[in-house]
Amino acid sequence: MNTPNNKGYAGIEAKVKASLKRRQREETRFRLFGIGAVLVALALVASLFGTILSKGLPSFWQSTFVLDVHFDPEVVQIGPKPVLEAGEAPAQFNERDLAWQMELGFVDFNQLLINALTKHIPAAADSPRDAMALITSGEHFALRDRVVADPSIIGKTLRLNLLADANVDVWLKGNIDRSLPDDRQQLSAQTREWADKLSADGVIKNKFSTAIFLNPDSRSSLAAAGLAGAFMGSLMMMMIVILLAVPIGVASAIYLEEFAPKNWITDLIEVNINNLAAVPSIVFGLLGAAVFILWFKLPISAPIVGGLVLTLMTLPTVIIATRSTLKAIPPSIREAALGVGASKVQATMHHVLPLAIPGILTATIIGVAQALGETAPLLLIGMSAFVSSIPATPFDQSTALPVQIFLWQGNELRNFFEGRTSAAIIVLLALMLTLNSLAIWLRRRYETRW
Amino acid sequence: MKRRLSALAVLSVAAATVSLPAVARDNIQIAGSSTVLPFSSVVAENFGKTFAQFKSPVVGSGGSSGGLRQFCQGVGANTIDIANSSRRIKEDEVAACAKAGVTKILEVKIGYDGIVYASRRDSAKFAFEPRHIFLAAAKEVPQDGKMVANPYSRWSQIDSSLPDQEITLVIPGSNHGTREVYEEKTVIPGCETFAEVKAMTDKKAAHKFCNAIRTDGRVVEVAGDYTETLARLDSQKTAVGVFGLSFYNANRDRLHVATMSGVVPSEATIETGEYPVSRPLYFYIKDAHVGVIPGLIEYAQYHLSPQVSGPGSPLDKAGLIPLNTKERAEIAKSVKERQAVSFK
Repeated sequence: MNTPNNKGYAGIEAKVKASLKRRQREETRFRLFGIGAVLVALALVASLFGTILSKGLPSFWQSTFVLDVHFDPEVVQIGPKPVLEAGEAPAQFNERDLAWQMELGFVDFNQLLINALTKHIPAAADSPRDAMALITSGEHFALRDRVVADPSIIGKTLRLNLLADANVDVWLKGNIDRSLPDDRQQLSAQTREWADKLSADGVIKNKFSTAIFLNPDSRSSLAAAGLAGAFMGSLMMMMIVILLAVPIGVASAIYLEEFAPKNWITDLIEVNINNLAAVPSIVFGLLGAAVFILWFKLPISAPIVGGLVLTLMTLPTVIIATRSTLKAIPPSIREAALGVGASKVQATMHHVLPLAIPGILTATIIGVAQALGETAPLLLIGMSAFVSSIPATPFDQSTALPVQIFLWQGNELRNFFEGRTSAAIIVLLALMLTLNSLAIWLRRRYETRW
Repeated sequence: MKRRLSALAVLSVAAATVSLPAVARDNIQIAGSSTVLPFSSVVAENFGKTFAQFKSPVVGSGGSSGGLRQFCQGVGANTIDIANSSRRIKEDEVAACAKAGVTKILEVKIGYDGIVYASRRDSAKFAFEPRHIFLAAAKEVPQDGKMVANPYSRWSQIDSSLPDQEITLVIPGSNHGTREVYEEKTVIPGCETFAEVKAMTDKKAAHKFCNAIRTDGRVVEVAGDYTETLARLDSQKTAVGVFGLSFYNANRDRLHVATMSGVVPSEATIETGEYPVSRPLYFYIKDAHVGVIPGLIEYAQYHLSPQVSGPGSPLDKAGLIPLNTKERAEIAKSVKERQAVSFK
């Protein structure tokens, strides 16, 4: 800056005026850049969500047969279900029961489906191969399970919802080019014709699919593949993370912030915690595979190991966030408590900690949400396996939601699984949004301003 | 208060770090080849549903080599029971296994699979000879008795019958068993059509020369599965990718398949052996786990039964080329007798 010289203030004014235009231009330019950046970001987010929603939402509705299936006693030839007799050992009964179920396994349940289809397409019985291509292949197990659960349905006719084959769904939704010649289609010309006819007759309806929420993953019956197994796996891991990371994280944060002496050891610990928070998550996966599986002999692919690995990953986040919450509580609160004769522990537990709870909750939820979306470390502990059952305990094999997305995007039937993958992404995103809004709500609700 | 707090802290730390007792596993754990994975998963799922007394096996991926490495980590409930492989186990892998305590391994061949070359449907169609693939992918090619750096940048330069299109070949990474078949069944036969290579007395060196791939970006190695190869083709119109026949079949609407030496790859031409680029698929059972993990032998027998993997079976529909009756009977016998894998 020039100091006023002999030219006087008029000189300064001229200078300022001269630079004014330039400075205003600079400001406008800066604002435009800012708006531009925001718009680009918004457009990217919109296109991301747009593609996911447009691909994924239709997958929540699936081609479903509404069929009257007659459990013909001629086809389902089976003795009465064994009942536990007085004085019989449970093991013996179990054996008889298994033998009965085994026998039921030899019943040709597909015949029941063909019989049911024949009512709508009389030619179905003549080419059972084309007919069976209509219904997803796992449904004969579903029929068997119904008989196992309630043998009295033999002889009765039930109106059942049965999932159409994945390729029928693809065909009816137009996800494959309908004009392609036969050798490029997945279904035979006959099956395609029948699918169109049944759809026009209202036997195949596009119904909201509960399969995607209630079933575990499936490979033999693609249309029935669902998220239930992955969801349970993720839920168990989240519980483990909450049960372990919160007490350990909060306790260490309180100790480090309120009680620990300030010396080089605590400094070193602090530096290490901050560094741990920046360690790529895949490293925790390697650690988990080496320590929990090879050393502690925990099972592979199990949520317990996943939960432990994610706990390690979440701990630094919880500690750092809790410490900064504690730091933000004014010293006057502690001093007042100490002043009326409270001990240090009492001051912390009765006064500081309650005030810090909203912050700790927010930190926990954000840490858990981050852990929920984590994929890389889970791949290394074998959680990317194909699991066709819903885990009952954290020691059972399972996948997790983000891993399920990864697995489905790798499925070879792209026409069907592109939609299914996006649907799984929608479910995961919805969960994340719920958790994050819960965090925001808690913060707003309990926030204290000083 | 303080004491309670520290007790709590000690407890939670203890809970996090103290080793939990090893848990006995009651379902089969499988890992390995991503080519075998779809077949294996179908069998695993149906096995669990068919036999009320067994739980469904869990099937992991990781490539043939990755799976066998995991398989050879040792014996115990925290190691896998079965390794899927799209190539035969090697002698040094058997040795590595034995070192870790896995002394007896049962081999089960489950059927055949073809490897196809395919391009995008809106791009040119190809009719390959093994020689073309070698010339497109090699680091150095023989020319007038000398080995020169690969000069080809367009398919039409290799052979005038091929489309005038930039060379981009997307091949599986070396963690895949498919890579080995790609090398053995196309690259090496193609390479050996040259007199310069035939003249090499050291076969090992010759194979090394044939399999060396160019590093100028025209050959792309994919470590992931075939969807990644497909995604590569989606982003690059002229690329040619290596796929499994079953993957190609599920995506026929998007891909053109290339012929090899004039033969169109299909289940029929692979079964008769006309289409050359095919390979047997295997899985390997850890004998020490038989009787410890329930259902291992039953799983193998179920897998081999014609209703599961024979003509018209779910695996046939999924794209596996079935074993013939004689082979099937031989393999079923070796499983029943629990014969160890041998290299005679």
